[in-house]
Amino acid sequence: MLALQILIDGFAISALYALGATGFTLIFGVSGVLNLSHGAIMVAAAVAAWAAASVFQLDSYSGALVGVAIAALLSLLTYFVVVQPIQRSNKIPNEEKEIFVLTATLLWGIMIQEAIAYFFTNNAKTVLPIIEGVVKIAGIRTPANTLFTAAVCCLVIALLWVLVNRTRTGKVVLAASMNPRGVTILGFELTNVYIVVWIIYGVLAGIAGVLLGMFLGVSSYSVGPLTASAFSIVVLGGLGSVSGSLIAAFVVGYLETFTAYMISPAYRSIPALLLLVIVMYIRPQGLLGRR
Amino acid sequence: MTSTTPRRTAWSLILLGATALGLSLSSAANAADPIKIGVIAEAQAIAGASIPQAAQMAADEINAKGGVDGRQIQIVAYDNHSSSADSVRAFQRAVNEDKVNAVITSYISEVVLALEPWASRLKTLMITPGAASNEITRAIHENYDKNKYTFHGYLTSAALAQSVCDAAKDLLVDGKKMKTAVIMSEDAAWTKPLDIGYQECLPKIGLKVLDHIRFSPDTTDFTPIFNKIESSKPDVIITGISHVGVQPTVQWKNQQVPIPMFGISSQATNSTFGKDTNNAADGVLYQGVSGPGVAVTPKSVPFAENFKKKFGNYPSYAGYTSYDEVYMIADAAKRAGSTDSDKLVAAMEKTDWEGTIGRVQFYGKEDKFTHGIKYGKGLITGLILQWQDGQQVAVWPKDVAKAQLKFPSFIKFSSAN
Repeated sequence: MLALQILIDGFAISALYALGATGFTLIFGVSGVLNLSHGAIMVAAAVAAWAAASVFQLDSYSGALVGVAIAALLSLLTYFVVVQPIQRSNKIPNEEKEIFVLTATLLWGIMIQEAIAYFFTNNAKTVLPIIEGVVKIAGIRTPANTLFTAAVCCLVIALLWVLVNRTRTGKVVLAASMNPRGVTILGFELTNVYIVVWIIYGVLAGIAGVLLGMFLGVSSYSVGPLTASAFSIVVLGGLGSVSGSLIAAFVVGYLETFTAYMISPAYRSIPALLLLVIVMYIRPQGLLGRR
Repeated sequence: MTSTTPRRTAWSLILLGATALGLSLSSAANAADPIKIGVIAEAQAIAGASIPQAAQMAADEINAKGGVDGRQIQIVAYDNHSSSADSVRAFQRAVNEDKVNAVITSYISEVVLALEPWASRLKTLMITPGAASNEITRAIHENYDKNKYTFHGYLTSAALAQSVCDAAKDLLVDGKKMKTAVIMSEDAAWTKPLDIGYQECLPKIGLKVLDHIRFSPDTTDFTPIFNKIESSKPDVIITGISHVGVQPTVQWKNQQVPIPMFGISSQATNSTFGKDTNNAADGVLYQGVSGPGVAVTPKSVPFAENFKKKFGNYPSYAGYTSYDEVYMIADAAKRAGSTDSDKLVAAMEKTDWEGTIGRVQFYGKEDKFTHGIKYGKGLITGLILQWQDGQQVAVWPKDVAKAQLKFPSFIKFSSAN
């Protein structure tokens, strides 16, 4: 009974982690950017979806779409306002650009976080669930929306796989992650590739944010922990490796759920962080890392 | 360097001149000096945002009637970003630079506990409109001469627990024949004495405590907690939550946890709680000292309505107390005939003020909860309200109750009835 409970709860939260981390690792893999405004973009999506439904009286589907659209917009803004000027700057030495981008995206995230707190207070908000009610799985009462969340996460990740591996655009993106100069020589504008990747990233982070808002609820306080959890999952899985991130997301999700049930909800995140430290000692490149 | 030096000298001369002018002006205007009240609060939190707004409203009302013996009340507001460190800096600035006569501060116990030694060091009257920890009054009781500058303008955790038990006896034990409970509270300074209070008084009223769950205030997934509670099959969940509120409430509804929640749920006192939870709040029972439309005293409803007219939303619980506290400080200053801190403290101790949450008197030096507000009939007893169809409705005590208890359909009363 308890095992089944852990299995169901753990799957939903892991799938959500996986979706959140996939975009994060994709951006790193393709453009080398560790986007520390990740949590802020997810929270912005959830709060926008909440506001669309609660303040502007839209239905839950339209609300969710508004949330995803806001995330995609913010993601593009992040690229054009924060990341691109640093990458193109002649004044910043190339070897320092990564650290500049890291700091700039962190500050950008804080700015988004403060703006959300200013306009919508720091109280938690929850997005209207798309499916109401509960279903019983072998006696375990599970909110239908939790199953919906898990299903959407898996579907989106599958679509991403198809996009990257089976479409022309995806192949260019994949090529850019392996050899940016080669892609340029073949006649593709690298900026366009980056724009596509940032849009994909925005949509992924937006869907993850909105689903998180439905599943658990978010507040401006969630920004830091969300970025940190995506970051640790991605590091655990191996920077830039999408499949590594997926595996790591499930490891972390189940470890947390198991701890919450079997030890105490108060220590939920501790074992996963310990695991991260251990992996960093034994295998610094992460589970499936390339570098 | 050389070119800036003469310019700097010129600037310092101008500054000196301005300071001298300021000094001479201030000494000349002594009699009509305003009474300055610093307000340090959490501008981004719903509970905190009402604190400076309500204080300003009270000051405007007092000033419109001529102030205190011709002296105007001036509110100086500081945003503490919910941080103790920021609050200490704001407190020092308020006292040392802005020369405030008294400080109203914060609904967070940790913040008030950090400021209490500063009120003592800087000998400045300080009162909290919303923190609850017993530690605040304990420090005053144990070292009165040093800590007498602090007043606890809201119910202590012990009184809150008592208020919840008094109401639970009527509503749950007598009304719904309930017999068992699980305590669910967040791990924070204010809930430690609250939980002790719960564990003492719940068995006395006939509710056996089956389990006691404390969780980290940054918990986001409450599924394991609710499942654990459900497995012990209690009739009711007795809550002690403030830092969290929206998330457990929404998950309680989404998971259709069949057990009602009753107790302290500070976020539920906010009028926006219904919207924030997409009405998952329906059925939640919470303790409060005030509520929209509840005439605890003749002052309660007019204050809430005027506040809404001015700021667009009803005040948070700390808004009511903050409003009363400005009046109490003004009243004390009038009786003391001075804003000297020791005289102000002595006058505050004799406070007998009918405010928006009831009749406020403070416990004395010899009482256990020195400078806490007195709890009891004819003073302050608190209320129990319930979210019903997106509205906050008073259900206890009988004299202000407007409706019967009403629960969403997923709530099942097991051993009850």
